[in-house]
Amino acid sequence: MSPENTEHTTASKPRVGLFATCLVDLFRPQVGFAAIKLIEASGCCVEVPENQTCCGQPAYNSGDRSDAAAIAKQVIAIFEDYDYVVVPSGSCAAMIARHYPELFDDAYWARRAMALSAKTYELTAFLYDVMGVRDVEAAFAGNVTYHDACSGLRELNVRDQPRELLKTVDGLAFTELKDADVCCGFGGTFCVKYPEISNAIVTKKTAAIAGSEADTLVAGDLGCLMNMAGKLQREGKHVHARHVAEVLAGMADSPAIGEAE
Amino acid sequence: MSAPFLSQAFKENAVDALANVELQRALGHVERGFIQKRQKAVDALPEFDALRHEARAIKDHTLSHLDLYLEAFEGKARQAGAEVHWAETAADAREAVLSICRRVGAKTVTKGKSMISEEIGLNAFLEKSEIKPIETDLGEYIIQLRGEPPSHIIAPAVHVNRDQVEADFRRVHTHLDPKRDLADPVSLLSEARATLRDMFLAADVGITGANFLVAETGSSVIVTNEGNGDLTQILPRVHIVLASIEKVVPTLEDVSTLLRVLARSATGQELSVYTTFSTGRRRPGDEDGPEETHVILLDNGRSEMLANEFREMLRCIRCGACMNHCPIYHAIGGHAYGATYVGPMGAVLAPGLFGLENTANLPNASTFCGRCESVCPVEIPLPKLMRHWREREYERHLKPAAERNGLRIWAFLARRPKLYRLATRIGLKALHPFGRRRGRFSSLPLAGGWTGHRDMPAPAKTSFIDQWKARS
Repeated sequence: MSPENTEHTTASKPRVGLFATCLVDLFRPQVGFAAIKLIEASGCCVEVPENQTCCGQPAYNSGDRSDAAAIAKQVIAIFEDYDYVVVPSGSCAAMIARHYPELFDDAYWARRAMALSAKTYELTAFLYDVMGVRDVEAAFAGNVTYHDACSGLRELNVRDQPRELLKTVDGLAFTELKDADVCCGFGGTFCVKYPEISNAIVTKKTAAIAGSEADTLVAGDLGCLMNMAGKLQREGKHVHARHVAEVLAGMADSPAIGEAE
Repeated sequence: MSAPFLSQAFKENAVDALANVELQRALGHVERGFIQKRQKAVDALPEFDALRHEARAIKDHTLSHLDLYLEAFEGKARQAGAEVHWAETAADAREAVLSICRRVGAKTVTKGKSMISEEIGLNAFLEKSEIKPIETDLGEYIIQLRGEPPSHIIAPAVHVNRDQVEADFRRVHTHLDPKRDLADPVSLLSEARATLRDMFLAADVGITGANFLVAETGSSVIVTNEGNGDLTQILPRVHIVLASIEKVVPTLEDVSTLLRVLARSATGQELSVYTTFSTGRRRPGDEDGPEETHVILLDNGRSEMLANEFREMLRCIRCGACMNHCPIYHAIGGHAYGATYVGPMGAVLAPGLFGLENTANLPNASTFCGRCESVCPVEIPLPKLMRHWREREYERHLKPAAERNGLRIWAFLARRPKLYRLATRIGLKALHPFGRRRGRFSSLPLAGGWTGHRDMPAPAKTSFIDQWKARS
């Protein structure tokens, strides 16, 4: 089935494959459920292929191109039959949408990678740009600030979509974060290879977060969120960190990232 | 000679830099000043992005025909009375400079700002040969007094504060009244000007770099804000231009396009205060200018980059915007890189010039945030090129064993979904009971890099995929 020919009717809703990402899978399952709720509410049916693992980004960014390509082939084979692939992470979505096509020299796999690339989206960009969602049914009593995770922002142009959607959440007050577009210092394996530098960068970020006077930090990438949440908690700053999907889906009543049950 | 191989101590250098209070204060100015000024200049020019595409296209075209444009430049420069010297290595370039200086009996050499001079370690070499090099760019002059390499490609002394400059001037300018008042920055500037003025007049040879070489005219172009470059190249009897081969562009029209993005990207100026075109030597009837002009064209690894996956790096016009926008540079400054070229452009260029085994940390010390690429006036995909160096490093087994093994295990599992599911299930089961009470860990075995500075959120009890399967 090709997405171009798919009518968005109730009879044939677009079929979305959710690529949950390894961090959501292992650290924050509720982001996966929130994403499903949002995608379904936008008029799609969602499937979660159970043999998915990781997008291969750790290998790719460490120079291990052959493992990255092998993992990419696996992801392509699992997801290429869906109308869309939606990812609750700008960096994993960018890995598939921007970098998979660069991984293959042979035309056969390059073509399959390009085809998957063309229908892979970060979650909020999918909701806003593809499905035309302009408001969400959710409530959140809090003052929220938003950090632009780098890959989503600069590789996929995810900037306005999450903000526009967050502003439609009942009761939510939005405060812009100073230097929201500056890296949080996570950088995948960077944060453990160069811990002191990473720490210096995240320290600036948590200072900006505290300065915003928001009570909740929201972002679209769990890696960055775990980094910022972990630093806020180490510094004793009382700001809760949540994935944007949790807030947009009205599923932000469970403990925030790194907080006790 | 500058010591490019300090890069091997990058991690230690970075830790020292983070603890250096004066450096950290200086870096705050980079993070604010440069970024705001560039943004203002870009906002004032709606066609800035179109100009970036055009600038990139000019450089790409030139690189595709580099041999032709270099030969054209050589022909035109010779016609105008310049001598052109080809230097394959840094040593060749140093020798070319020295033999010119020796032939004309030079004792002092004034220098405009030149990164190629830093790359080939010219000052130390000249001093060893008993020729005195005098840096005339204020920033370069300051770091020469301090015995330091530049920490930024366009603002070499950006790591130095006013008080340090005053102390250096008092230490070195012993011919002046020790009780003079240097509290005002302008007084420091006046003192440097007065001191340098005599040196400009006394120099036997003037050495400048080149921002561009123009194939259609044989000209070299420098941009400066202090006018020191002009005095360096006009006053002495001999002028030497030190330039690397990728500096050539076809036409004057191309130069004007590149100039429109260069200063805006660098300092937020529409144009630098001085843009100087010089062509050949003094002609009969000219009122000034050097009697001899030499252009030394340095390769030093660039031909190889032209032929491999790093060609795009040769588009670089040395504006410094990448480092001005780099969170790593903001954190540690330039010296920690331990290479002539620093920040994102250095992380790509230095391994090509000085060897990957000497500089392997540099392309790794990036979060791939991509801000450098987003501001590059010639659209160099710096993260992609850094990743290419990581690929070479991986292929050549230059990565630490722990990192390599950790990755291999992860990739092994990621390629085997059933095994991955089983392994992560066991992992979650083992970890969850320890993290459940607080929801996070303050320390974890094997995760000291993370928990040394921040808490680690506890993993879920059951993975998303397993929970989803159980529900459906």
